[in-house]
Amino acid sequence: METIVEKSLEDIFEEKIASEIRIEPKDWMPEKYRKTLVRQISQHAHSEIVGMLPEGNWITRAPSLKRKAILLAKVQDEAGHGLYLYSAAETLGTSRDQMFEDLLSGKAKYSSIFNYPTLSWADVGAIGWLVDGAAIMNQVPLCRTSYGPYARAMVRVCKEESFHQRQGFEIMMTLCNGSEEQKEMAQEAFNRWWWPTLMMFGPKDEESPNTEQSMRWKIKRFTNDELRQRFVDMMVPQAEFLGLTVPDKDLKWNEAKGGYDFGAIDWNEFWNVVKGNGPCNKDRLKARNKAQEEGAWVREAAMAYAEKAATREKKSA
Amino acid sequence: MNKKEWPLWEVFIRSKQGLDHKHVGSIHAADAEMAILNARDVYTRRMEGVSIWVVESSHIHASNPEEAGSFFDPANDKVYRHPTFYVVPAEIKNM
Amino acid sequence: MMDHHTQPAHVLHELQFKTPLQEYSPEVRQLVFDYTLQLADTSLILSHRLAEWCGHGPILEQDMAMTNISLDLLGEARNLYQYAAELEGKGHTEDDLAYLRDAVAYKNPLLVEQPNGNFGDTVLRQFIFDTFHYFFLKELQNSTDHRLAAIAEKSLKEASYHIKWSSEWVIRLGDGTEESKKRMEAAIDELWTYSGELFEATPTEKALQELDIIPDYTSIKAEWDKHVAQVLQEATLALPQDQWMQSGGKYGRHSEHLGYILSDLQYLQRTYPGQKW
Repeated sequence: METIVEKSLEDIFEEKIASEIRIEPKDWMPEKYRKTLVRQISQHAHSEIVGMLPEGNWITRAPSLKRKAILLAKVQDEAGHGLYLYSAAETLGTSRDQMFEDLLSGKAKYSSIFNYPTLSWADVGAIGWLVDGAAIMNQVPLCRTSYGPYARAMVRVCKEESFHQRQGFEIMMTLCNGSEEQKEMAQEAFNRWWWPTLMMFGPKDEESPNTEQSMRWKIKRFTNDELRQRFVDMMVPQAEFLGLTVPDKDLKWNEAKGGYDFGAIDWNEFWNVVKGNGPCNKDRLKARNKAQEEGAWVREAAMAYAEKAATREKKSA
Repeated sequence: MNKKEWPLWEVFIRSKQGLDHKHVGSIHAADAEMAILNARDVYTRRMEGVSIWVVESSHIHASNPEEAGSFFDPANDKVYRHPTFYVVPAEIKNM
Repeated sequence: MMDHHTQPAHVLHELQFKTPLQEYSPEVRQLVFDYTLQLADTSLILSHRLAEWCGHGPILEQDMAMTNISLDLLGEARNLYQYAAELEGKGHTEDDLAYLRDAVAYKNPLLVEQPNGNFGDTVLRQFIFDTFHYFFLKELQNSTDHRLAAIAEKSLKEASYHIKWSSEWVIRLGDGTEESKKRMEAAIDELWTYSGELFEATPTEKALQELDIIPDYTSIKAEWDKHVAQVLQEATLALPQDQWMQSGGKYGRHSEHLGYILSDLQYLQRTYPGQKW
């Protein structure tokens, strides 16, 4: 007789994580892992959905038919990304309705960047170039995140996202090569979006309580500060190429670390926006609540019809 | 929001004629007809498919991951099921 | 390198039609130009209205559905504007035609500029239009004008989906809950009056029908009647009685709504004239 050494479920789970085996919905997982995932994935989904609003704001005013088509397709992609992500979170046993409720009540968080207003057409370019650029830095490593459905959703998201940043850069480049007014428009938008974009990577590592556990579970692959540094190093040359001035007096190349040193982020502003005091927090939630409330009768009607149709089918069978 | 949520459906797409339908994700819909339309609108925006299957998620029965050992390991030692198990002389082509 | 599969189909469709212009007399050319512009305006304005839903739909899946339809119509509008610009031969672009004409120069029927209202209103507006659009494109495919025929053939594939989408929704909302039925009845009361104009031929349209460049509307109207009656019956909604039909859009006499659409649409082009975007 062989003796079977009983491994605890937790050991099996940890082994899988250690050997880069994906965790799938029906596998045993620690409750805290599940909770962390639901929180992170739903926040990510909410960000996509709320993120539709600032850009969607410009769909009716896009300056050419081509730009209109691209922007419309892009904002629609964000709806799709939200949908993929909600589906991934649903495999963990939380319904989309529940997640929506948390968003609409203000309980759940979403990326603070979308609480800033889009004031000019250049903002659409700046969002694509900067905000999507930052999002991609966050998202590419998530294609290897330890939870299978999340990783698969992210592969899809990243694939589709690849044109988003380019379209933003293209808008900025067109403006920067355009008239004086257009150049000013581009610089002005850049000034407003630069710092909030740096905040997108989240609080400094020493103030990010969830990072360590998330890294250990391979939900997260890089720390906030690592990603932020990479982003700055990537964007500064692009801004130079466009002829835009980075709104940071302290920005300086640091030969020793092979990267840029940059000025202090205004964390008061960050936390204030997180708390709900950003310029558009209220508008964003109002818009989402309105869509949800005004759509209720539609969702009910479809359900009622489906039930009636099913009954009819049974009777006729 | 105590109203009933639209059920969840799993979506399978045949990316081109001759290939299997592959699971791509899920959507919500009140009925099957709408589920197909929704799957089309969500998952084929980039010419990804030529055919769609949808199955209400609650109708999918899955094997139990804890039984994965007894289910799938036995196939491990049946190398004779794989063509590379057999020696074919180098002169024989196209087998 | 840009991987085409990662781009939405709609973004890729620039200048698909490169068939050379047909030989037309200046008079006929003017007629085809005017009419092509009318079709382009119609698709653009309806696309614009649907796009207003983006981010505000009743459920994510439908948000995406409406955007898909909006993108299809926008693609169709662009093909038509590009053709119109070629016919005109003055070096104008699709954008010049869309962004630099005022409301009275727009020739879309009144239906498509009507506000979105609630989701039921949008579905009904779409249903009235999609049914027309579908049967119309089926005929336009046979146009002696090669370009219009080619554009129709491409758009028909999309319109076949649109008519399915809006018909299915009319059925679900009509035969859904009491509330949804009431809303659909109200939508019919509101919008039916704009259905007649779709089939009313202007002098331009009549002249083109005589030249066999565009189809006669009689048989299209018969198909429309049949499909609409079928769907409304399945939706347990009453077919409206004959009633007064509003018209004027095709002559440039619009509702007040169009001006607001254009002030959004044309804002940047008007504020910063002559720039590249």
